[in-house]
Amino acid sequence: MGANVLEKAAEKKYRVVGQSVPRRDGMGHVTGATKFVGDVHYPGMLHLKMVRSPVPHAKINSIDFSEAEKVPGFVRVLTHRDVPKNIYTILCLIGVGPDDEPVLAVDRVRYQGEPMAAILAETEEAALEAVAKVKLDLEELPAVFDVEEALKPGAPIVADTGVNYFIYEGHHCRRVRYGDVEQGFAQADFIVEETYNTKPIEHAPTETTGCVAKPEADGRVTVHTNTQALYFSLDNTALILQVPFQKLHFVGGTVGGGFGGKVDVITEPITTLAAMKTGRPVKFIYSRVEEMQVSSPRSAWRLKYKDGVTKDGRIVARQITSYADAGAYNRHTPYAVTKHAANVAGPYTIPNVHIDAHCVFTNHTPGSAFRGFGVTMASFAIELQMDKIAATVGLDPWEIRFINAYRNGDVRPHRKVAEDVTFIETMQAAAKLAGHDLPEHLLAMNSWDRNGGQHG
Amino acid sequence: MAKVRGQGMAAINYPTGMNLGGDPSQALIHASTTGNFIISLSSTDLGQGLKTVIAQIGAETLGVPFDTVIIDTADTDTGPHCMGTFASRATHRVGNAVMMAANEAKKALLDVAADELEASPDDLELDGNGSIVVKGVPDRSISVIDTALAAHFKHGKTIAGRGIYMKPKSEVDPLTGEMDPDSTEAHACTVAEVEVDTETGEVKVLSLKSAYEVGQQVNPALVEGQIVGGALMGIGHALYETTNPYYPAIDHGPLNFSDYLMPGPAELPEMESVVLEFPSSNGPYGVKGVGEMTANCPIPAIVNAINNALGVRITTLPVTPEVVLRALEERRGPSQSNLPIANFPTECSS
Repeated sequence: MGANVLEKAAEKKYRVVGQSVPRRDGMGHVTGATKFVGDVHYPGMLHLKMVRSPVPHAKINSIDFSEAEKVPGFVRVLTHRDVPKNIYTILCLIGVGPDDEPVLAVDRVRYQGEPMAAILAETEEAALEAVAKVKLDLEELPAVFDVEEALKPGAPIVADTGVNYFIYEGHHCRRVRYGDVEQGFAQADFIVEETYNTKPIEHAPTETTGCVAKPEADGRVTVHTNTQALYFSLDNTALILQVPFQKLHFVGGTVGGGFGGKVDVITEPITTLAAMKTGRPVKFIYSRVEEMQVSSPRSAWRLKYKDGVTKDGRIVARQITSYADAGAYNRHTPYAVTKHAANVAGPYTIPNVHIDAHCVFTNHTPGSAFRGFGVTMASFAIELQMDKIAATVGLDPWEIRFINAYRNGDVRPHRKVAEDVTFIETMQAAAKLAGHDLPEHLLAMNSWDRNGGQHG
Repeated sequence: MAKVRGQGMAAINYPTGMNLGGDPSQALIHASTTGNFIISLSSTDLGQGLKTVIAQIGAETLGVPFDTVIIDTADTDTGPHCMGTFASRATHRVGNAVMMAANEAKKALLDVAADELEASPDDLELDGNGSIVVKGVPDRSISVIDTALAAHFKHGKTIAGRGIYMKPKSEVDPLTGEMDPDSTEAHACTVAEVEVDTETGEVKVLSLKSAYEVGQQVNPALVEGQIVGGALMGIGHALYETTNPYYPAIDHGPLNFSDYLMPGPAELPEMESVVLEFPSSNGPYGVKGVGEMTANCPIPAIVNAINNALGVRITTLPVTPEVVLRALEERRGPSQSNLPIANFPTECSS
């Protein structure tokens, strides 16, 4: 079994790789010495706060700033007219489109908390007071919140494409087709079906999302940001502001928790624009309320499994229909659904697989990247489904996973040949740790030799 | 009413690197006349310890002391492009870029040292303590700092290296879903033990015992940090956390950490883990990504344990006391219902 791999591991004689050296920044973090974006201050710095939609779906008739402008310390307001390329989508950098999300709402808001206008003021308090005095004339529209309701004819339309789903190369979902599931179901002794549902979840980082943009004397702008991806934020900001990439200088690298929540490029474009328009440094950092209710959560998912299983516990067909609630706009969800489709059949070798994974638009806060990107909730559903299969067939939950475990050399539903697989060894180690005695035939199995120790 | 216990398990795989690839990262290394090597990046440390593990990989490849490797990140004026810290990619991608850069810098270093020692570069090795020695002749050596000084002031040479790692982008076949979605696969298996109070519906996670297979570990303490931190996130996802408690309705959204429940010290279960190391074929020193996957296995293991304890089949997250009580009610049958029908528990709050 994997002799070459094990020998390679045994031969290693590294000096510092593999050693638990103390982390470089640990002492700074625990003593409060580490400098985060919130610690960046400049003389004359302005504060930016957002006017946000109080409702999930509405036509904007007008916005009245007259009372806000009277607040002492008010400097100016920015609306969609000030943003050079107001409609964008973050993943345009890797070819995902079309552009769909406004930096500032134009004539319609599509989720509660959507930014409508940015207020700049001398102090944070003045900015908040001015925001509170903005009068909104909104005409509420019917909203849709359920992913399957959103796909029905007659549902309120969220997206500008006219359909409430992301279009994958002309298709209404990301598809995986491997083998023939109908033939697999015909061979099966049991059909095991279940639907799994999850809700949106917040990243809850210690440090909230934000940045400080400072115009420099040479005409460039320095942006201190807690983004997870510095160039990604720089490139999107330049595209939205229609300025040459060379004009922007992004600084960061020390972040108080990301978990995927800080790849949205959500504060840098408007803050950089504000700095350019006023010629002054500008700070925009989310409050905890904004982080909780406005920042992208982990999307809610609905996953429907239909598995064909033989009496001896082999899964011979797996059909999955899944829905990611993207909320009102693309952000990272179209890409998450593709990663989801690659992984939602699980670490099991199944000869017939049929996957329809949908990226659905609703009037929820846009979802986005979150640790486990399209896979966490797939793993949840898969592993509950495996227990249901075990109970249906009358086998032990461990046994059902070993019987179907993927191994090196197996072809996965996306047709890549599996490599670096140690699924069986990992389960054997966990069973040992937990004091669960596995039967001999499971202990004899390994990820390299399909005949080793396998029963039947 | 009683407290009942149950056990559940789950096992998962997790891919390393951005789905479909096409996510390059670069690294630049140079020796300064202080004797330090500076690794310039634009990569972000999210708190997971990237700056530390990248310095370890750089020091290992260069063959110099860890303390003499300085990480300079992140600044787009000085650091070359990095796609970003996500997709369990940073140690794999940036680590590979750093290895490539370090090998080039090491060659330049040994060339200068060879001139100084009047030896062939092939006969030299780094001792890991700041000196370059002629193999087998320990007294013929020169320090790294003297080599750096000689390179700059005597030979007019730079000691520097460039590195990049890129997995070419794969396209998805829209009809079949054929694609290349990973660089390598890490694995985990968790056994959870829970106690459920059938009167209040409250779940307590008693223990989480996990095995992880993450390729070569660069820093075992930081891997353990991911495993423990991810397990706590997993408990939160399994039992407490959501921004829309009545999803798909949007009301009653939490606004702060008093409303948005997360596991605290009181909810810490007994945690034990074992880490297997099967080196990956393409990671630096055989690493695989451990960043994201550590919440994924505890979640289904905990829910399977709850179902095992109660003899029910809960299929939603999070498994709040309300979900537990409704599942118990369904198991008992509607005639014995003792819960209000609508909007429990908000409608009956005093």
